[in-house]
Amino acid sequence: MTHHRQPELDTSPPVSDEIRRTTCYMCACRCGINVHMKDGKVAYIEGNRDHPVNRGVLCAKGSAGIMQHNAPSRLRAPLKRVGPRGSGEFEEITWDEALDIATDWLAPLRETAPEKLAFFTGRDQSQSFTSYWAQNFGTPNYAAHGGFCSVNMAAAGIYTMGGAFWEFGSPDWERTKLFMLFGVAEDHDSNPIKMGLARLKERGARVIGVNPIRSGYNAVADDWVGITPGTDGLFILSLVHELMKAGKIDLDYLARYTNAPVLVNGDAKSPEHGLFLRDDDGKPLVIDRATGKLAAFDKPGVRPDLHATHRAAGITHRPVMHLLAERYLDPKYAPEAVAERCGICADKIRRIAGELARVAFDEAITLDIEWTDFRGELHQTMTGRPVSFHAMRGISAHSNGFQTCRALHLLQILLGSVEVPGGMRFKPPYPKPVSIHPAPHCKATPGQPLDGPHLGYPRGPDDLALLEDGSPARIDKAFTWDNPMSAHGMMHMVISNAHAGDPYRIDTLFMYMANMAWNSSMNTRGTLEMLTDTDENGDYVIPRIIYSDSYSSEMVAYADLILPDTTYLERHDCISLLDRPISEADAAADAIRWPVVEPDRDVRCFQSVLCELGARLKLPGFTDGEGGQKYADYADYITNHERKPGIGPLAGWRMGENGLTHGRGAPNEAQLDAYIKNGGFFSAHIPEAAQYMKPWNMGYQEWAVGIGLFDAPQPYIFELYVEPMRRFQLAAEGHGERQPPDRLREQIKTTLDPLPIWYPALEDGHADPEEYPVHALTQRPMAMYHSWGSQNAWLRQIHGHNPLYLPTKLWTAHGFADGDWARVTSHHGEITVPVAHMAALNENTVWTWNAIGKRKGAWALESDAPEATKGFLLNHLIHELLPERGDGMRWANSDPVTGQAAWFDLRVKIEKVAAPEEAQPVLPAIESPVGTGPDELTWKVGE
Amino acid sequence: MNPAPSVIVFTTLSGLGFGLLFWLGLGLPSVTGWSAFAFFTIAYLLAVGGLIASVFHLGHPERALKAFTQWRSSWLSREGWTSVATLLVMALYGAGLVFFDARWWPLGWLGAALALGTVYTTSMIYTQMRTVPRWRTPLTPALYLALALAGGALLAGQVVWALILLPVAAVLQALWWVRGDGALAASGTTLASATGLGPGGGAVRAFEPPHTGTNYLLREFVYVVGRKHALKLRMIALALGYALPVLLLLLPFSHVAAAIAVVSHLAGIAASRWLFFAEAEHVVGLYYGKRAA
Amino acid sequence: MTTLPAQTDRKLGLVIDLDTCVGCHACVVACKGWNTENYGAPLSDQDPYGDDPRGTFLNRVHSYEVQPLATSDMPHPAAQLVHFPKSCLHCEDAPCVTVCPTGASYKRVEDGIVLVNEADCIGCGLCAWACPYGAREMDEAEGVMKKCTLCVDRIYNDNLPEVDRTPACVRTCPAGARHFGDLGDPDSDVSRLVAERGGMDLMPEQGTKPVNQYLPPRMRDEMDQVDVLAPFLDPVAEDAGGFIGWLDKALERI
Repeated sequence: MTHHRQPELDTSPPVSDEIRRTTCYMCACRCGINVHMKDGKVAYIEGNRDHPVNRGVLCAKGSAGIMQHNAPSRLRAPLKRVGPRGSGEFEEITWDEALDIATDWLAPLRETAPEKLAFFTGRDQSQSFTSYWAQNFGTPNYAAHGGFCSVNMAAAGIYTMGGAFWEFGSPDWERTKLFMLFGVAEDHDSNPIKMGLARLKERGARVIGVNPIRSGYNAVADDWVGITPGTDGLFILSLVHELMKAGKIDLDYLARYTNAPVLVNGDAKSPEHGLFLRDDDGKPLVIDRATGKLAAFDKPGVRPDLHATHRAAGITHRPVMHLLAERYLDPKYAPEAVAERCGICADKIRRIAGELARVAFDEAITLDIEWTDFRGELHQTMTGRPVSFHAMRGISAHSNGFQTCRALHLLQILLGSVEVPGGMRFKPPYPKPVSIHPAPHCKATPGQPLDGPHLGYPRGPDDLALLEDGSPARIDKAFTWDNPMSAHGMMHMVISNAHAGDPYRIDTLFMYMANMAWNSSMNTRGTLEMLTDTDENGDYVIPRIIYSDSYSSEMVAYADLILPDTTYLERHDCISLLDRPISEADAAADAIRWPVVEPDRDVRCFQSVLCELGARLKLPGFTDGEGGQKYADYADYITNHERKPGIGPLAGWRMGENGLTHGRGAPNEAQLDAYIKNGGFFSAHIPEAAQYMKPWNMGYQEWAVGIGLFDAPQPYIFELYVEPMRRFQLAAEGHGERQPPDRLREQIKTTLDPLPIWYPALEDGHADPEEYPVHALTQRPMAMYHSWGSQNAWLRQIHGHNPLYLPTKLWTAHGFADGDWARVTSHHGEITVPVAHMAALNENTVWTWNAIGKRKGAWALESDAPEATKGFLLNHLIHELLPERGDGMRWANSDPVTGQAAWFDLRVKIEKVAAPEEAQPVLPAIESPVGTGPDELTWKVGE
Repeated sequence: MNPAPSVIVFTTLSGLGFGLLFWLGLGLPSVTGWSAFAFFTIAYLLAVGGLIASVFHLGHPERALKAFTQWRSSWLSREGWTSVATLLVMALYGAGLVFFDARWWPLGWLGAALALGTVYTTSMIYTQMRTVPRWRTPLTPALYLALALAGGALLAGQVVWALILLPVAAVLQALWWVRGDGALAASGTTLASATGLGPGGGAVRAFEPPHTGTNYLLREFVYVVGRKHALKLRMIALALGYALPVLLLLLPFSHVAAAIAVVSHLAGIAASRWLFFAEAEHVVGLYYGKRAA
Repeated sequence: MTTLPAQTDRKLGLVIDLDTCVGCHACVVACKGWNTENYGAPLSDQDPYGDDPRGTFLNRVHSYEVQPLATSDMPHPAAQLVHFPKSCLHCEDAPCVTVCPTGASYKRVEDGIVLVNEADCIGCGLCAWACPYGAREMDEAEGVMKKCTLCVDRIYNDNLPEVDRTPACVRTCPAGARHFGDLGDPDSDVSRLVAERGGMDLMPEQGTKPVNQYLPPRMRDEMDQVDVLAPFLDPVAEDAGGFIGWLDKALERI
């Protein structure tokens, strides 16, 4: 019965004129994207199926890239501040004027006191470049945002085993049978985790989610552990206790591949107490089980003994394994002892321990792959322990985060599941032990480059960034006794220290892509006051601020000079093996961005601007022999820069003696074209026999040398016991020349324990847990990345405002109903916000989505946008210092090991209040330098 | 459902207009000439005015003619046909009365039947909606027809009929409300059936909405009216739409009283129609957690 | 045709895995992007940078909290969260089609896809009233009804590589929670999934016979069961001394 003919439908319409393949920048995941072009405009963005990171899939943010690229919030031209700081009043200037101003400000600093420039970058994906620029300038004051993000995870991983998660390593998704996820909402490795979970679900592998909040990945986990925030380390050590007590640890793995057999000085009076017994070459010693004698740990044929002790010169040296047993068999780690504190019943802890052991040992995998270890032993097989773990900010953004991350690595190593089939695997250039990372450098000399890379991994007190008088060399006080192992710097302390002139005054604060005037700072309002504070002459206390961003963020209003950046589709970038590449566990990979469209505004790629500014400042790395500009732009740098002969930012398609080659080779003028032709990335596969056991597998080590990751093989053993931490403890005990201030001795002795420990979050000892009984957290929504999502017309419809989610216990205790508001108070401040009920939540925890709240006038939104009227930040409740507790000091709200900002230590109290007109506090609107967006979008670029 | 003014105006006015046409078709009152002209004008103003209001409700009024094509399956299309047919037939019939002083009875009867058919098709547009359990009952066409007949009788000056039909409509109205209040629960559609979640009796609760921003569905289908407010409006509708007109009709006839009765009736029915939409729970609201499951 | 075809050659549709969906909204935005640029009028947004941002989306992800009933095995079951993507289910008895007065809404004979021919749509909204699932949204700028097309301009598109001839939402889903295929063919991958995992109709009582199927979440929190299969570990030692004694013996066995 056809009463109405089906209309003719063209089911094969043309999709686009052309596909340009580049790299996404809607978050830090760095997926490959196909940008469909119509009439020279961006028509549609989808994932690149060939790309190693995302294999074709793409998240909500990536798919909304077209709205980001065209956002009305894009800056249009260089800006010079004309109103007071914070007003948002600017005038547009030319690039020549802008660069003249910057040169006039910076050149005298370089000639007299380079440290008076503080150059800090936020969500920068070009850190090997920006750090090179800062090093050339000569200031010690450079870092990116790791210090307020996830340095605990990164540093704990590097110190323990030469890498952590995300860009360092990932679970063996194809083989793992039990996957345990700690504290991850969305942050980091966004698509790969989702893809990995999909593979696990397909294979019926079990997923255990450990998170106070059961959303996202934790919602699909087979089992949920609704842990109390900040107690993950205690829970993990309880699992360690159970596994050790049952002997369910991989003794063969521990003996061969870790420092469990390494002998430790046991004489409490010795200045080397707790340090390793070493041979004349400085190699840690073990007892060889075959001979019963001392031997270097890596001596060919040696079978390290986990049991035997060694006595020499009246000192007993015991293997690390003994210390582990003493530490973790202590009943204080028994499930019963930790259950209440962790909010997990003891039986559940036991069951999880049992399941870990069952899968690791009863379901072990054997791969028939022949390989040779670093002691020269040939193995016919590889044994896999198919349990794997992943964690990021949830466990690391606590003041006990470093030790908690260490505990997690200890757990996986005890199970023998790192770098084995089914376990956690590193991604090149990782594994990379501390020994081949630089130590921090901080020696500033007027007119000269810095004496070496800013950031690195201290081996002991000698590597601290201290001046001769013992005062901090860096403005952020990274690598000082307060936080000796602050491997990523401490960007979150820069503004408050610069404002306080402590440790010294700076002249120019130069920042890139960091929204420090809003969601990236603790104590947001206080930060704004510091940025606008004036001295007795009426001059700003922080005299000059230069800022580069693509968008009209809150931070723009607080700068004096704005260098407008391009969008991610308008620029070159390299995601380099020198930096944080996109490698997978079975391939080294790097990638580029390239201008798939040209900017239609007077904006420039920030890195290209640095190339020109570097030349104007006559920085040696940026000037050629005649004093001219060495790199015309960032693309020129990417192609022609060599960090050392044959090694440049990109590893693919270099010029060898006999034509094109990969890894090591001379610059190739057509390199970027080769990348573009290949889809924007390069990938070098690791030979099959080298894909596991990488730290010890000579097949991998030689391959890594071949493509230029190392200059010589670097096999090493995992550091269950971290000797550098012990060196700091020794100093605190009074040994050695460099001595900590007395106020810090106890803290260092306690927190820099060389074996993982757990201690309560520091805020618990300062803010009264009785008065502030509730933990408050944020999670990043999967459809938003920090502050960027709100300018995106599509994404802001999904998350335009954020309620505070309350667990049932609090919801009913306070008599809340839908539509109610609460006043949330911390030791530092208060906010008044809308609330909502969530049952699948730890009963003492409240949470909200991260960075949805916006300042009126920012991001080209109208002032009554819900982000500004109902959206809110928890930042107002968090201070960079802990409250006083009567010892006359203000302790930092950060991890005492690394200085990582302890965002998630926050404690609050909740009260029901009448709904105000808007979420409190309300800050005055800033003037938008770009106006506001249109009233309607009917977006279609093609016909 | 969103109580859109255009739809309320349409159903209220056109129902009354087609009701009046019904009575005119039956020759009640038996008017000719100018007085017929006056009655027909009122009827057409109401019926056509209502239809025009409904056309403004469309996204593309210029394509309205396409709506005549699907009479085999679509009640809206059928409503188009019946309304146009009624208007054409009654125009001829009315022309006879006004210009020729002739009453062509077959046309009148046909027109009356078509007028009722139009009201019926209108009511079936709502009645057919399984998605709105409150509407999905034979009581809906019964109520629409009763109201059209009662209101038409009132306008047509058929006091006796009006005195019979208004109470009948009032009873139907009350029945419709009583049944409607339990209709969603009785429909068997719940958040559990909508999502398939909570097997074995677990409780399902809407957590985060898909978007914090609003959308067409929320605006169009998820209108929530307070119980107290609804009850008040029901009382107003009963009082103005039914009780007061009956009282006024029972008084000695006066044009003023009749006019007040008509206006009162219109206002009452408008209130009733507002509730007809505002109280109607579309099952899509379950997905948004806006309906008790 | 406004009347429904007596039967369709195929029943193309989606299978959505509620066990796996992490609620990331990737499908929502990929759909928005593709359908803004392709089939018919763009999906518009009103007040996109203002106080009431709203727009047309053909696919939205809800989320629900489920509180399981207590049992003797699990006296205090934890609440669960389920992410729930929802778009047109391309029903066999699609009420949205039959109510359409103009014939703009139709169900394709060849594959069962329910479409709106925008040139014929008068924007009366009745089809959206008739749909129990909220699958249709009137575009405020264009005044026509928009709905999921199952990417009919992708799945047969000769200009796309064969592997990409799937709906945009399926292609982009990072969690593998969306599957596309012929649910009329019992041997298809999607039909097998539905059979294996107990795929379900939404609102079966509405009689729409949806083609799209939902796979329910698997059992959660087995470790919270009192009578769990995993046994506790047997200790080999009670303290460090005992452990070190055990260690020597254990090393002998390696």
